[in-house]
Amino acid sequence: MSAESGTEIMVHRQVSVPLTPQRAFTLFTARMTESWPSEHSIGSSALAEVVVEPREGGRWFERGADGSECDWGRVAEWAPPGRVVLLWQLGADWRLDPELDTEVEVTFTEEPGGRTRLELRHRHLERYGDQAGATYAVFDSPGGRDGTLHASVELAA
Amino acid sequence: MPVSASAVLDALGDANRRAILELLTGGAMAVGVLADRLPISRPAVSQHLRVLKEAGLVTESSAGTRRLYRIDPAGLAVVREYLDGFWKSTLDNFARLAEAEGEREERPA
Repeated sequence: MSAESGTEIMVHRQVSVPLTPQRAFTLFTARMTESWPSEHSIGSSALAEVVVEPREGGRWFERGADGSECDWGRVAEWAPPGRVVLLWQLGADWRLDPELDTEVEVTFTEEPGGRTRLELRHRHLERYGDQAGATYAVFDSPGGRDGTLHASVELAA
Repeated sequence: MPVSASAVLDALGDANRRAILELLTGGAMAVGVLADRLPISRPAVSQHLRVLKEAGLVTESSAGTRRLYRIDPAGLAVVREYLDGFWKSTLDNFARLAEAEGEREERPA
């Protein structure tokens, strides 16, 4: 499912789970590694852990099996158990681009029967267009991640 | 034929094609103009443009007898599709985990 309004391009998905908002929030943020599609690693070694530091301004990064860390972005808003906003700052080439802010808003809403609805909106994908020139240029840097990129995208396609 | 993320990434996997895209970020251009600014032949530029077109990154239009090439915003649709698939996998995994957690009664904090 996806939706567009005006020039904003976003991805919108939701799911209902049999947990309280607090437990759903904790499961999603503190144990993100367990939900992460493991082929989506941007690092040079296998993915060991996805970390969301539990505070506004915290880092959002992955740690590889060899201990190396690759940033995905940061925590823009930390409001458990109802809402967390993460900034996804990966360029189209899967490198961190501090100039690029796409926003992943995740809300946790209580539903009858002790359930919670998680809604995820990944917003401002149109910003990938704004940085088209810069993105393509970065591909020329040494140590590009073409290998990782191809592997992860073929699995997802 | 729907454009796939891997076609886009394959298209971007070549330095000359990235150079063509960079030039096109400045506006629409004809093959000859691109060839003048790149260290490759005109037929080679045409070949690269064909790959970029098939990947949905470039569109072609006619201006009199000339054909002009420009960046296609539909490339963005591919990025969105890719991220949509990414979040679908993540939330599917999350739902499975949550079901398992929900079956266990209150777990000690």
